[in-house]
Amino acid sequence: MDPGRGLGCDLAHGLGDCKVTCTEFLTLLDDLIDDSVAAETRAEVEKHMHKCGHCEVIFNTTRKTIEIYRSHEIYDLPTDLRDRLHAAIMARCKKGC
Amino acid sequence: MTTIQSIAGENEQHPDVALVARVRAGDVSAYDTLVRKYERQIFRIAQHITQNREDAEDVMQDAFLKAYEKLDQFQGNSKFYTWLVRIAVNESLMRLRKRRTGKMVSIDEDLETEEGTVPRDLADWAPDPEQNYNQAELAEILRKTIQGLPQGFRVVFALRDVEGLSTEETAETLGLSIPAVKSRLLRARLQLRERLSRYFRKKAGTRETAPAEARPAQ
Repeated sequence: MDPGRGLGCDLAHGLGDCKVTCTEFLTLLDDLIDDSVAAETRAEVEKHMHKCGHCEVIFNTTRKTIEIYRSHEIYDLPTDLRDRLHAAIMARCKKGC
Repeated sequence: MTTIQSIAGENEQHPDVALVARVRAGDVSAYDTLVRKYERQIFRIAQHITQNREDAEDVMQDAFLKAYEKLDQFQGNSKFYTWLVRIAVNESLMRLRKRRTGKMVSIDEDLETEEGTVPRDLADWAPDPEQNYNQAELAEILRKTIQGLPQGFRVVFALRDVEGLSTEETAETLGLSIPAVKSRLLRARLQLRERLSRYFRKKAGTRETAPAEARPAQ
């Protein structure tokens, strides 16, 4: 895997005083989303995103992707089915399985 | 992401520890509480892996029964929930294997794809893009999209991002290294983002951006 290859923007080798390249941005993406990067690194990445619209879009849309999956129930367990399965499990546990 | 454990503080005992102790002492009602607490999550995880509702129902029952039977083997080094998830993942893979008439099934299959490793769709999304769809349409889009991921990416995304397990817990549950979980998570997130862009990208107008197959069957 070569993250950042062919990102489509012109910042693969950094931009001016920007210390973070697009390639480095992608390798940091998960840690940025999970808020597990040092404040100094985050500041550098934010500086990069301010100048690179593509990386900003990737960051925002990836974060939104996770948010949408977290907040929408795609495999609902209806109450009647839940109650039936629950009752079946507990009946067998009470019998010693 | 803040976990339940970190909120509780490292020295405080997780409430499941007392429940597990009660079950071990013969109090079945304590197990009822544990089942009630985690049945939705276990059902979802089984659905993510098997992609079949009936299988998910069976997996959910089998996982809770197996956990009950084997509770004496639970060491308490990990959280009860993580241990339970590991049982559910194994039961789900066994169920898939049965469907494929004995063919080996693992969470490592179909990982050779290069799709999504390089972001290609760089269009911005509409603000609150999910509001362009009703609940049923949105659920269908999200299901179709995640079902298209390779198994090994899908299960990592489901455990880590949907169910909120930590990277370490996900690695432990799936028997993967931490770097492997991180690598799969990044690729899963990028692939999902890329695929969802088809539906959520900003365009003049809104609903005409939805590909026809996003519509649920009537």
